[in-house]
Amino acid sequence: MTNDNAEWAEPAEPETSADEGGFPALAADNEGLRPLHPNYAKVIRVWALIIAVPILIVALIVEAAEVLFPGFVLLPVLLLLGLLVLRLPTRRYHARGYAMGDERLRVVRGLLFRSDAVVPFGRVQHIDLNRDPVERYYGLSTLTVHTAGSHNASVRLPGLLDEDARVMRETIRAHIGRESL
Amino acid sequence: MTTSDDAGTAVLGEASGPAPCKATEGRRTHPLGFIVRGLQGVKNALLPMVALVFANDDLRLGLTAAIGLGFIIVILSMSVGYIAWRRLTYRIGTDDIRVESGILSRAARSVPFERIQDVSLEQGLVPRLLGLVEVRFETGAGGKDELKLAFLTEAEGEALRETVRIRNSGPADPASTEALSKADEPQATRTAPPLFAMDNRRLLTFGLFEFSLAVVAVFAGAAQQFDFLLPFDLWDFDGWQDRLAGPGAWLQGLGFAAQAAGAVVAAATLIVVGMTTGFIRTFTRDWDFRLEETDRGFRRRRGLFTRTDVVMPKHRVQAVQVTTGVVRRFFGWHGLKFISLAQDAGSASHVVAPFARTSEMTPIAETAGFSLPVDAAGNTEWRRSSARYRVDQALIEFGLLLLVSAFLAASLWFEAEEATVRAILLAIAPFAAVTLAVRQWLLWQRERHSIDLHQIYNRTGLFAPTLNVASRIKLQSAEIVQGPIARRRGYATLHLGLAGGKFAIRGIELDRAHALRRGILSSIRSRDFSALMQG
Repeated sequence: MTNDNAEWAEPAEPETSADEGGFPALAADNEGLRPLHPNYAKVIRVWALIIAVPILIVALIVEAAEVLFPGFVLLPVLLLLGLLVLRLPTRRYHARGYAMGDERLRVVRGLLFRSDAVVPFGRVQHIDLNRDPVERYYGLSTLTVHTAGSHNASVRLPGLLDEDARVMRETIRAHIGRESL
Repeated sequence: MTTSDDAGTAVLGEASGPAPCKATEGRRTHPLGFIVRGLQGVKNALLPMVALVFANDDLRLGLTAAIGLGFIIVILSMSVGYIAWRRLTYRIGTDDIRVESGILSRAARSVPFERIQDVSLEQGLVPRLLGLVEVRFETGAGGKDELKLAFLTEAEGEALRETVRIRNSGPADPASTEALSKADEPQATRTAPPLFAMDNRRLLTFGLFEFSLAVVAVFAGAAQQFDFLLPFDLWDFDGWQDRLAGPGAWLQGLGFAAQAAGAVVAAATLIVVGMTTGFIRTFTRDWDFRLEETDRGFRRRRGLFTRTDVVMPKHRVQAVQVTTGVVRRFFGWHGLKFISLAQDAGSASHVVAPFARTSEMTPIAETAGFSLPVDAAGNTEWRRSSARYRVDQALIEFGLLLLVSAFLAASLWFEAEEATVRAILLAIAPFAAVTLAVRQWLLWQRERHSIDLHQIYNRTGLFAPTLNVASRIKLQSAEIVQGPIARRRGYATLHLGLAGGKFAIRGIELDRAHALRRGILSSIRSRDFSALMQG
């Protein structure tokens, strides 16, 4: 506690010490990030489909009622739903990443609004492992760590292989209550 | 998940045993629990059942339908309750409590013993008749997402509570992990001089700055709400003119000097009303304000009619906040507030010095383990937000304003008599642009942040700046957020997880945000949360 704080901004962690290069911001943004399991893109797609189907039905009914010129309702809806089901899941999948350090979990997410959250294991209150039916089908789990902070009270990390998620839970669990230094 | 189910069945036989103090396999909650849930289903079904009875003309048919519906609902909620009960297992591990639940979606929660601050047993009427309890485990997460087990037998609940107590009493003093309690009868017998107290003179000055026209607003609001009680229409301006022309004509006849005198009297009345409100509010709230340091932490007593007595343990103070007012700032008056753990936030405001000089606040903050920045001349290096952020903010605000006024102008376009309004709307734009730009420039000058070995500082606000001082080691998490504009322009907002409060430094350069986060994370890792809680 005393010696590593000699200089307040000392790059104390080994995993991001590569930031000192010419483009520290870019390096820090993607360095050491692991992608989620590719099945996660499928999970997002299935949920997108579940949302898309009723919207499509409504659009078809409106189209059949001939409220506007033929195609004026169906075509834009089809275009939007196509984006939602085909394009967005892949992009959202690629926007996500995580890094499991020795003492902290880093979760990066967001297409438009990028968020890069770090939760030290020593601040985790409790840990959740959740699996909805779609995730169960694809063998994935969502890991959630809860902290005492008002902001970022719980940080979710979806798209982990179930076995990996369990191992991560045990790792985090083992750190809790242990003095690190 | 199939394995846990099997294990659960295996140990069910001994589940009623009174000593579950060892590490165990997955257990089930008490089987009678789903009967309680079934009865709750009946309670929810009662209203539709009654409706069915009265909706039918034929009473016999209605009764049959109602009883049938009730039966179906009981069967349904019982069977759902049964499946849910089958699918819920908990286990008391060597170092945590785990609960797995869910019929279609599975959820597994792990709560380490170290983090459990309190175990509470709750009993509703029906569970009480059946001898069952609901066990709740409270952690530092602030009660919003805690763990609960419904239902266990009373003996099991007690045993579980005892288990947690034994596990946690190892290195720590159990009393210190107790939740914050209002001091009914503080044992501290020390009679040290108070850390801070306010005499009547201070209260008088304080009241002066608490000038408030809230009462006037309340009266205006009441007038609007209850204007139907008045014998005339309050908002009818023609009516007012008539009244002035009629019986009020003498007022017009009084001449300019008298009218001016009237205006002065009116203004004086407002001032007196505002000041009286301020005095009354201040005196009732902060009468005989005293803050003392006791063995259990800070003890604050205040109030004239309702006297409150609050104890804030020292180690639970997460950050301190220095506030001020638009006017009092120029006379050197500030307020000091503690930010405490989330579950304490609801109990009381943690103002420890509502109206004080910096020299008075510094020792209070120091007692809590915080140091206030000396001055602008101190050795802390204050940094501004990114200039690009300020430019973008001004442009965004101006754009929004332009949008609104353009929309208004367009909606008035075809009405010839509104031409002046339209012209005014359009003429406002350049003034607004200048105002917004000046505002952002001033904010750029004044909003600053700083960091030193132990603390991080953030000053926000323009006319009444607030200074937040957080202890680096007591922060919970760090997040860097960038919107689409911020990404292109290279700035970010740093959100720091603070228990019981918010701490965000907005619009700083991305490098700076990363550097601050690195520094803070290196402090956080040196101490575990549970160690912090032991003070």
